[in-house]
Amino acid sequence: MRWGVITFPGSLDNADTVHALAQVLGDPTVSLWHKDRNLHGVDCVVLPGGFSYGDYLRAGALARFAPVMESVVEFARAGGLVFGICNGFQVLCESGLLPGALIRNRSLSFICASIHCRVEETDTPFTRSYGQAEVLALPVKHGEGCYVADADTLLALEDNRQVILRYVDAAGRATEAANPNGSLRNIAGIVNASRNVFGLMPHPEHACEPLCGGADGLGFFRSVRASLSDGAPTRTTSVPPGL
Amino acid sequence: MRAKVYVTLKPGVLDPAGKAIERALHSLGFEEAQDVRLGKYIELRVDGDTANAPGRLDDMCRKLLANGAIEDYRFEVGD
Repeated sequence: MRWGVITFPGSLDNADTVHALAQVLGDPTVSLWHKDRNLHGVDCVVLPGGFSYGDYLRAGALARFAPVMESVVEFARAGGLVFGICNGFQVLCESGLLPGALIRNRSLSFICASIHCRVEETDTPFTRSYGQAEVLALPVKHGEGCYVADADTLLALEDNRQVILRYVDAAGRATEAANPNGSLRNIAGIVNASRNVFGLMPHPEHACEPLCGGADGLGFFRSVRASLSDGAPTRTTSVPPGL
Repeated sequence: MRAKVYVTLKPGVLDPAGKAIERALHSLGFEEAQDVRLGKYIELRVDGDTANAPGRLDDMCRKLLANGAIEDYRFEVGD
């Protein structure tokens, strides 16, 4: 399979993501430029972390209008796999590919820490290599990671099993103390209703080698590769009408 | 013409910055200050047909200046 990693002005983690995919995983990986409308035939597009366009106005609000995003939206609507990490998650929410929004951390502080999160659903192209309720140690580093959505959206996310990752303690309990940023329902990552667009605040690309403190993040990328080699990248579950 | 756009958080959306400002006001002795919410104020000049300006401003707010998932907006057009 072939990965594409987008670089926006202000992206920070594009090089680390390319390293994880090309060197650690050993897959062909293409760097995609924000001005480029051509996705160069990649099978999965990754939107990396960083501060695209300086986070001006709102985090992710301006990146959404980059020329490459028109192609990403089209790719996603056709069932292509889209994977947003941190700022990439914010961009996906701003562009309407994922519901809800990410606002300032409850603490008002930028957080840089190792946290735990629990895999809530394994029937997605992004998490199938993990065990149900597996607890992962992953780094977070963000100022705007507090996931919010209105009550109806939250209910729909839970009903359709779109909450994929939740902040937990080391024992796997979703407590208030284990929630680093105030996210509603301890939400750390979600998919869209068709399960082909995924966004998460933790950084799996920084957790792919023991040298960097652990390799718990590798499973997300392995999952995508396994899904694509099955020829079933966009397995969808039935969604009630109106969602 | 000149336009003023006000973007505010929807009721119920957490506003940790507003809370911090409220606490600071209380510590300065302004105990009467309650329910502080921090929003954004955007000024701009709108060229072209003035009759179209309100509709165009509404588009600007919906497409970029406010995020409908968390924010409300209103605007004033002057001369």
